[in-house]
Amino acid sequence: MKILTLYNNGRSVAFGDIPQTTDYQEFAQYVHEAMANDTYHCVSYFGYPNADALQLIMCLANDTNGTIEVSSFALKEKSCPSLKIRAIDRFEREIAENFGIEFEGHQWPKPVRTAPDDYPFYRADDEELHEVGVGPIHAGVIEPGHFRFTCEGETILNLEIMLGYQHRGVEKLMLEKPLLSQKAMLAESVAGDSAVSHGIAFATNYEALCDYQIDERAAVERMIACELERIAIHTGDLSAICGDVAYQLGNAVYGRLRTPIINFMQKWCGNRLGKTMVRPFEAPYDLTPELIADLHTTLNAYEKDFTQMSNKIKRCPSVLSRLERTGTVTREQAVEIGAIGMASRASGLLRDIRSTHPYLKYEGQVKPVVKKHGDVYSRTQVRIEEVYESLALIRKLVDNLPVAQVSHTDEPQLQANRFALSLVEGWRGEICHCAITDNSGKLALYKIKDPSFHNWDALELAVRNNEISDFPICNKSFNLSYCGHDL
Amino acid sequence: MLSFALIILASLFFSGLIVRTKSICAGRKGPGIFQPLKDVRRLFKKGTVYSTSTTFVFRIAPLIYAASVLMACACIPFGGKPGLIHFEGDFVFFAYVLSLGKFFCIIAALDATSSFEGMGASREALYSMLAEPAFFLIMGSISLISGHTSFVDIFANLNSYGDAFHIGATIVMAVILLIIAMVESSRLPIDDPKTHLELTMIHEVMILDNSGFDLGLILSTGYMKFAMYGALIANLFLAGPLAMSIGIFFLVQAVCAIAIGITESFMARFRMNHNPEFIFSVAAAALVLVFSIMQFS
Repeated sequence: MKILTLYNNGRSVAFGDIPQTTDYQEFAQYVHEAMANDTYHCVSYFGYPNADALQLIMCLANDTNGTIEVSSFALKEKSCPSLKIRAIDRFEREIAENFGIEFEGHQWPKPVRTAPDDYPFYRADDEELHEVGVGPIHAGVIEPGHFRFTCEGETILNLEIMLGYQHRGVEKLMLEKPLLSQKAMLAESVAGDSAVSHGIAFATNYEALCDYQIDERAAVERMIACELERIAIHTGDLSAICGDVAYQLGNAVYGRLRTPIINFMQKWCGNRLGKTMVRPFEAPYDLTPELIADLHTTLNAYEKDFTQMSNKIKRCPSVLSRLERTGTVTREQAVEIGAIGMASRASGLLRDIRSTHPYLKYEGQVKPVVKKHGDVYSRTQVRIEEVYESLALIRKLVDNLPVAQVSHTDEPQLQANRFALSLVEGWRGEICHCAITDNSGKLALYKIKDPSFHNWDALELAVRNNEISDFPICNKSFNLSYCGHDL
Repeated sequence: MLSFALIILASLFFSGLIVRTKSICAGRKGPGIFQPLKDVRRLFKKGTVYSTSTTFVFRIAPLIYAASVLMACACIPFGGKPGLIHFEGDFVFFAYVLSLGKFFCIIAALDATSSFEGMGASREALYSMLAEPAFFLIMGSISLISGHTSFVDIFANLNSYGDAFHIGATIVMAVILLIIAMVESSRLPIDDPKTHLELTMIHEVMILDNSGFDLGLILSTGYMKFAMYGALIANLFLAGPLAMSIGIFFLVQAVCAIAIGITESFMARFRMNHNPEFIFSVAAAALVLVFSIMQFS
């Protein structure tokens, strides 16, 4: 089996270099061998209609040597055997949904993004069991999604999540919208809480397709923005976790602490969520010395209160009793479903693109936080410690900002027949953007994968045998994106 | 009559005081003390919407609930002055008239045929069932101390400010009664009245389908129930001339509200399966109290 080895370095390759096989056996064997242990994980698997066949492109990331292996299979029929790998199941479902391909022997052949009325829910007909359906419209300010619980009394036996209510056709719009600014805005809207991360993934990808490298200062500024986003969202999530266990003090203090961070984003780029912060080929908002001084003041004040509150949580028995041993995802389960990002690190599985597949200037800058237990408390701890990690990194970066180079005057153009893949570690986990250009140098395919795509499975596993009243806290500990999944 | 009027008066500020305490503890400005009242007034002006799946049970339940709490309030004396309703063993009547109201709340929740409300109803039924022994043990121990079986005689003959043992016993009773009040009124650490998450709710989820006037009635009844338990606790401490008694009454009510507010600010709620253990331990504490009273007095 021939494979193409890439690095997450913002370079594109000729599309024709992606090896293509017509032997499914060979393809499946390669994937099975790679996915047999936890060295590899699947970053993307998608279909691209090419000539008379559907080219199924498989991108596997090797977490030990920082490579990304790309291979493909040309599917000429309307059906093929399923790979039967849990971590790839959802990708197959997506291909089935988009191209009407039947994956024979697929264990969970259900729609991913269409949310039909006759969705085939898993059912357990028993007098002793009862079903609780929650959503798609929920109380509070959250996105739509349907949760179907099968319970025995207060205990959850099974949870099935039906998503797709937020499907906007982002990938299609990406090809249709003519202006670069429109495309960038679309990328930022994939998931509103990861605007900067998705912005970086898009920009890197687009620059790779244009064979353009941004200067060091712009790269470092992108890192700072991304880490600020991580701090802001982690803090907001900590506040929400406290709120869900009715711990008012934590809810109030963390809630307040998020504000100065996002207010700084507003001062920097004019938007509290960091929209328009990242644009291809440029750094639209310079980090001026005044802003840097402001940032230091903000972070110092933030860290003092954050430390005080975090120490308090660690010593508050009523909070700990709610978080510990709740919503556990074991390491084996995390490997099986291909969990990534923060959720995987809380289960003892080191998956952090910043350290395994460094991009921008991340090389050697981050020591990933890994916890063992995989419960809600582990995910809380990962958040707390990652905030410290990000604080240290931001301080280091702003103190050593490189000088800006003179930028190009004319906008670089997309090159024809290229393939680019960019991985970015957002606060939730690995974001993957893939793009292919056609003969005329236009985007022919744009594929987005938000970490939620993998991690919704983790939530389904986490709540099993927990009390139904603990579902909200489990859900909040992951805080997955509905629109990032639905696209 | 006096106690009934005072309970109504206290119910006007009790909930507001809890909310105010919580917002001050959280460093927020928070709403005024009479905000809950304003909410209720707004609800009273609104029309009521009934789900088509409900029957007459759903419509009469809020009224019966309110009536039951009013009746219970009428049983509460003020020191040596009897309440509107009084007879030997009226505390049993008090407990079960409250249960009647709760029973109607529960079947109304089931009547709404929503999966959430059934869940809340079963939780509410379980916790009030567990809290019942604690209440009777407390009442039993007070009647043991006083040697009487009706509210007014009990409180008239209760020598709370006697020796150290009596003072101690009274304080323990007050704390246990306060915890029972928190369980019955669905406060932390049993329930979280502030949450928007249906799956974790107990009381709030039962009244999801109620709206307008009915909801206003249920909320104001809740405030009254609080003040009623506050009055019961206050009765343990009443002493001196009338003016002083009234002062003590409001002081005790305010202390109870602030104590609840502070508890809710600095702790998380229990995991659902710890609630029965907690309520049982309250009943156990009450039992210890009964035995020590039998032993020492």
